[in-house]
Amino acid sequence: MTGQLERTYEVARRSFVRAWRQPATVIPSITFPLMLLAVNAAGLNSATKIPGFPTDSYISFALAVPFLQGAIFALLNSGTDLARDAETGFLQRLALSPLSGSALLAGTLGGVLAIAILQTVTYLGVGLAAGAEFEAGLAGIPILFALALTIQFAFGCIGTYFALRVPSAEAMQSMFPVFFIFLFFSSGSLPRDLIAQDWFRTIATINPVSYLIEGIRSLFITGIDGEALGLAFGISIALGAIFLSAAAVALRSRLVRT
Amino acid sequence: MNARSRSVAGAVAWRSVHNFLTNPALFFPAVIFPLFFFAAFAGGLSNIGNVPGFDYPNGYTAFQFGFVLLQAAAFGGVFTGFGIAADFESGFGRRMMLAAPNRLAIIAGYSAAALVRAGIISALLFGIALLVGMDLSAGAADLVAMIVLALLVNLAAGLWGAGIALRFRSLQAGPLMQTPVFLVLFLAPVYVPLDLLTSWIHTVASINPITPIIEAVRSLIAGEPEYVGIAFLIGIVLTLLFGLWAVRGMHKAEAAGG
Repeated sequence: MTGQLERTYEVARRSFVRAWRQPATVIPSITFPLMLLAVNAAGLNSATKIPGFPTDSYISFALAVPFLQGAIFALLNSGTDLARDAETGFLQRLALSPLSGSALLAGTLGGVLAIAILQTVTYLGVGLAAGAEFEAGLAGIPILFALALTIQFAFGCIGTYFALRVPSAEAMQSMFPVFFIFLFFSSGSLPRDLIAQDWFRTIATINPVSYLIEGIRSLFITGIDGEALGLAFGISIALGAIFLSAAAVALRSRLVRT
Repeated sequence: MNARSRSVAGAVAWRSVHNFLTNPALFFPAVIFPLFFFAAFAGGLSNIGNVPGFDYPNGYTAFQFGFVLLQAAAFGGVFTGFGIAADFESGFGRRMMLAAPNRLAIIAGYSAAALVRAGIISALLFGIALLVGMDLSAGAADLVAMIVLALLVNLAAGLWGAGIALRFRSLQAGPLMQTPVFLVLFLAPVYVPLDLLTSWIHTVASINPITPIIEAVRSLIAGEPEYVGIAFLIGIVLTLLFGLWAVRGMHKAEAAGG
């Protein structure tokens, strides 16, 4: 067991260090969401004048979105790294070692979580410095970290699954727009009840990303909202469980031991 | 431009357009992205049209169409820059330079291809906007002016991308082509008219050279032309400046041996 833990730790350390040594990978995943936040929060500030808008601070409303954008970057980066490992034959070499499949998955996702902590601290710090409110108070901070990490874990599992199914770093990178579509067609810019177009509101309502955003957002604009947080935790745990199981199955064929 | 140079430009343009139309990986993202932005902005944010002070006469769909048209034109130019970078990275650019007595014809060919791409995407965007009920009050002259403005933006962005592509001759320079264009576009009045912007974004948008072009296109859609002269002047100046930038880039590529 100690051996497995050590091997998991080494894979996690490799995953984190590899990401950290590629500033072109880590820096955009932190700065790009903040840049979009700055532009959108300033440009859409007048949306707070729409009757029924839940807060008078658009930046507080919009600050949840970078957490999801960061999660999408985590998904793509972890998936790309794992796909590259498959492409270069590194996974096949691992198959010769005593490393178990679960340790490989845990280690890869551990690296994702380490980057996620960095992202969460940055988004929260920059958001609060830019004038966002955090209605949940001190008690909400551990909840925010727990939710952000759960979401990142779930997205990391999605990235891991796709990387194992389609082991191509280029294919992983080209999936960026696909995942961004989920973000755009969500309640990221306006609350669902204020989306005027029925078709858009319907898509935003069935889009699970809306509930992840609303869970994080509730901590900024409402306080500790059990329903919003329950849905966000429930959906992210369900996504994580589904894609982790799928990734474990895909890994069996990818990590063939002979 | 003599007959030989026209032949080179025509061949480069034909190849680029042919690749664009026959490669789904190039064609679909270029077509789907503007439509996706149009749907996300005009659909998801249409309630912004109810913000007090929002006085655009043709509604939020038409308001957003003006922006998305220019965005599609600009990114059509940037994507052509990607094509140039890919050609030079693979060594095809070097072979083209050997075959072209006047290498500026290569830039002319790529620029012509960018214009054709922008024309195709704009026509599709226009058709879909009218299908979903965009209120268009523009007369024939307004439409022509609007299309020429969009093509000027496409040309300027394409020449910007060409300048970067010819200096770096690698697709790794993609973010350098894309990010400044993205930033300049989104630091304009994207979601609401300039008068409704507040704080730093109002100051930045007021001095952003793209702002008069966006406002001119929106005014042309509404059939009430404003800022058209200054918009054309800015479009022509940007095209000339980035043309010079691209020409100098070609000289650097020549000096480096392609």
